[in-house]
Amino acid sequence: MSDTAAVTTVPITTKKDWVSDQEVRWCPGCGDYGIMHAVQTLMPELGIAPENTVFVSGIGCSSRFPYYMNTYGMHSIHGRAPAIATGVAVARPDLDVWVITGDGDSLSIGGNHLIHALRRNVNLTILLFNNRIYGLTKGQYSPTSETGKVTKSTPFGSIDHPFNPLSVALGAEASFVARTHDLDRKHMIEVFRQAHAHRGASFVEIFQNCNVFNDGAFDDIISRHAREEMMIDLQHGQPIRFGADGHRGVVMGSDGQLRIVEVGDVGEEALLVHDAHRLDPGLAFALARLSHDDHSATPFGVFRDVQRGDYGQLVGAQVAAASEKKGPGDLGALLRSNGTWMVG
Amino acid sequence: MTDTTPTIGTTEVIDAAPAQQPEQISHVVVRFAGDSGDGMQLTGDRFTSASALFGNDLSTFPDYPAEIRAPAGTVNGVSSFQVHISDHDITTPGDAPNVLVAMNPAALKADLHRLEQNGLLIVNSDSFEERDLAKAGYDHNPLHDDFLSSYRLVEIPMTTLTQRATESLGVKARDSERSKNFFALGVISWLYSRPTEPTVEWIEGKFKDLVKASNLAAFKAGYNFGETSELFDHPYQVKPAQLPPGEYTNISGNVALAWGLVAAGQLAKLPLFLGSYPITPASDILHELSKHKHFGVRTVQAEDEIAAIGMALGAAFSGHLGISTTSGPGLALKSETISLGISLELPLLIVDIQRGGPSTGLPTKTEAADLNIAMYGRHGEAPLPIVAAYSPAHCFDAAIEAARIALKYRTPVILLSDGFLANGSEPWLLPELDTLPDISVSFQTEMNHVADDGTPEFWPYLRDPDTLARPWAVPGTPGLMHRIGGLEKEDGTGNIDYSPANHSKMVHLRAGKVAGIANDIPLATITGDADADVCLLGWGSTWASIDAAVQRTRREGTKLAWIHITHLNPLPRNLGELLRTFKTVLVPELNLGHLCRMVRAEFLIDAKPVNKVQGLPFTAAELEDAIQEALK
Repeated sequence: MSDTAAVTTVPITTKKDWVSDQEVRWCPGCGDYGIMHAVQTLMPELGIAPENTVFVSGIGCSSRFPYYMNTYGMHSIHGRAPAIATGVAVARPDLDVWVITGDGDSLSIGGNHLIHALRRNVNLTILLFNNRIYGLTKGQYSPTSETGKVTKSTPFGSIDHPFNPLSVALGAEASFVARTHDLDRKHMIEVFRQAHAHRGASFVEIFQNCNVFNDGAFDDIISRHAREEMMIDLQHGQPIRFGADGHRGVVMGSDGQLRIVEVGDVGEEALLVHDAHRLDPGLAFALARLSHDDHSATPFGVFRDVQRGDYGQLVGAQVAAASEKKGPGDLGALLRSNGTWMVG
Repeated sequence: MTDTTPTIGTTEVIDAAPAQQPEQISHVVVRFAGDSGDGMQLTGDRFTSASALFGNDLSTFPDYPAEIRAPAGTVNGVSSFQVHISDHDITTPGDAPNVLVAMNPAALKADLHRLEQNGLLIVNSDSFEERDLAKAGYDHNPLHDDFLSSYRLVEIPMTTLTQRATESLGVKARDSERSKNFFALGVISWLYSRPTEPTVEWIEGKFKDLVKASNLAAFKAGYNFGETSELFDHPYQVKPAQLPPGEYTNISGNVALAWGLVAAGQLAKLPLFLGSYPITPASDILHELSKHKHFGVRTVQAEDEIAAIGMALGAAFSGHLGISTTSGPGLALKSETISLGISLELPLLIVDIQRGGPSTGLPTKTEAADLNIAMYGRHGEAPLPIVAAYSPAHCFDAAIEAARIALKYRTPVILLSDGFLANGSEPWLLPELDTLPDISVSFQTEMNHVADDGTPEFWPYLRDPDTLARPWAVPGTPGLMHRIGGLEKEDGTGNIDYSPANHSKMVHLRAGKVAGIANDIPLATITGDADADVCLLGWGSTWASIDAAVQRTRREGTKLAWIHITHLNPLPRNLGELLRTFKTVLVPELNLGHLCRMVRAEFLIDAKPVNKVQGLPFTAAELEDAIQEALK
């Protein structure tokens, strides 16, 4: 934790201290490997101990993740990881609690738990592996699949309108919202580091490739040849610009709409300056919705990072305040609290 | 409040001793009935408290509609509170009330059929106007013809009298309406010679300013009216009951259950974590526990039933006593997580305050039809221990027992109560705290296995040979990091293992662990005559009705046996043997025969069901009839 690191001894660990002895069973070529290595690489840098770290997952390909971490872990029920992790984090605010989830797990069956964990601002680092498909059940469309998606369950094309995970998170009052992707370990590590440092609920969408059922879903944005012109790297306090030599940028029109422009046409001073700490989530929301499909320029990085009370600490504070006011619980007094009478 | 308290106006302070000598009676059943907004639950509750402090034995039965405010004045909106007070040990709220207080025609219509013949019927005659009668569906005024001739009718214009008693305080006529329940309480308090101080003190502590003054004035006016109106010949008195000596409090099932959970946390030396979602009739446990944070209690009102138990499970994984409280529909939603808890083999307590079902059913009425879902309502082979409370006060002990089993055997446990126990109350002889069991367990802190190469390691599923419980190693413990999950795992290591033989072994181990708890629970015992032909087998809240029916039947010289069980899974290990000694086994249940089918299947005995599913407890008379039928 950023706010406690100064006063605690930093445990010395190496990557191998965080790797469990279990055989990793994802498909060869799966994007999950890259994410796992990023997390395992980051952990020793955080100065935390494996025994104080808990990974909780739901069900889905990504949810096998906890088995591969040499920490405490629970592979739970489809969609329920945020709720179970809330129990861990509220009972034990001293722990580092991570939630590993997928687009079906957290946005379909577990949508309710995700939004409420974010709203409460439970101290969780939530990594959403978004591959826009159901992998473990072998290829049905997911709540983030594009309309028209042809899958086993939608042979005539999906007619569902998809969720934008970041819009959902921001709409759910999330205090930390970010996006990264599975091809850039350095970017992932940096985003995960900031997510972890944030006290409260941190939500990270990771574009993750399912090379078996939805291969290349994000290629038009994150592949090496596309990246430069299609990825908008958000940096707090910096004008939002991207492309070769930063020739493109983002401006807000007089109608309040964000638009991508040529910097040469508007001048750098016209560009929107990114402010992740802005309390009003409006701009973060607009940035989250700047891209409408998998083929247009898409922002990455930290969209929002604001401070709000951490739920587990607040619960603990009420317990502490009650104990201070009333003293430790006295069972005998409790049993007599509604009045008593003597017989005999 | 001191000098700001308005004076009591024209109403005089109550006399210390009634002028007329009260007639001693052994017991009385009073039913207060009125509109949902009339404050009948509060009135009944106050009468109960005064009686409890006076030393009577008592049993209560709040009976109210599901709607917060059904259309005023209609039968659907009638809220009732029945209380049985006695100078001897009683268990039921009584079959037929001796006294019915009806605040309006709807209340009369809803509850008159319950009143005993020649019973005392007290009505608020002010509320029998044409409009009130029409709302209740009367095409005549029952006060004006011989419709009520088989009852002792006493008409009191309570609304007018309350208004008069409060007008000098500056209370508006419309506002004084709200105090008329205290007028009714005053009348009944005089009639049954209740001490007035507890009620006066309660009003003074509960209300402020004009409302306090108005309620006090109404209560005292009602009390004095009873004494001076000559509508009643004389008051009655129910002497204190000869209960075992000790210190008593009046307790409802939900409060007892919440306190039992607090006690369980203390006895286990563990912080308590409650994940809950509001649902009738379980919400009061959430409310009560939320008040007691200084006992280290954390409560979270979750976003739904599934999250509620998920949080409790997460807390259990983290070393807390995890609890989720609910009613039937919520239990259905929690099913998947309970199964996970069984697979994870973590301690978890699920409390189901049963109500009438299926679906929303009768949310405010009692039923005990969740035994099947508690026993069988999960996917896969997923047995768990079940404990059932049998009386409001027993909810305290049952909560501790359920927690004990959950912790010792690392398993989800379902604790069953029901709406009748939850809201009903009775005097409770407070336990000596040092007699409560130590239910503490140890967390695993050391490696428990040595690998082939001699390296010490931690096996999360290495079992205690006696209990078959696995170690509880909580996050934060160095060296014992491990992963658990819903996938089938290898016994011992806990590693994922789908092999046929291992799955069979694990299914049998989990079942065997629960079955083995039979060696750690009390044997079933027979109440009454072991050499009787007929034995009643009961569980849960039917205890009260069965107790009354068995006492009455045996008093008439008939031999009768009764076994009441609090552990429904596993069953007491001598139960089959005991039941086989009787020619006839009757199983009264507020369902269509859940336990009956269990014992038939388990013990191959021809047990006979006695069922009631009306949202109401059995009356003792109904059970007496069933017993007589069986004796033929």
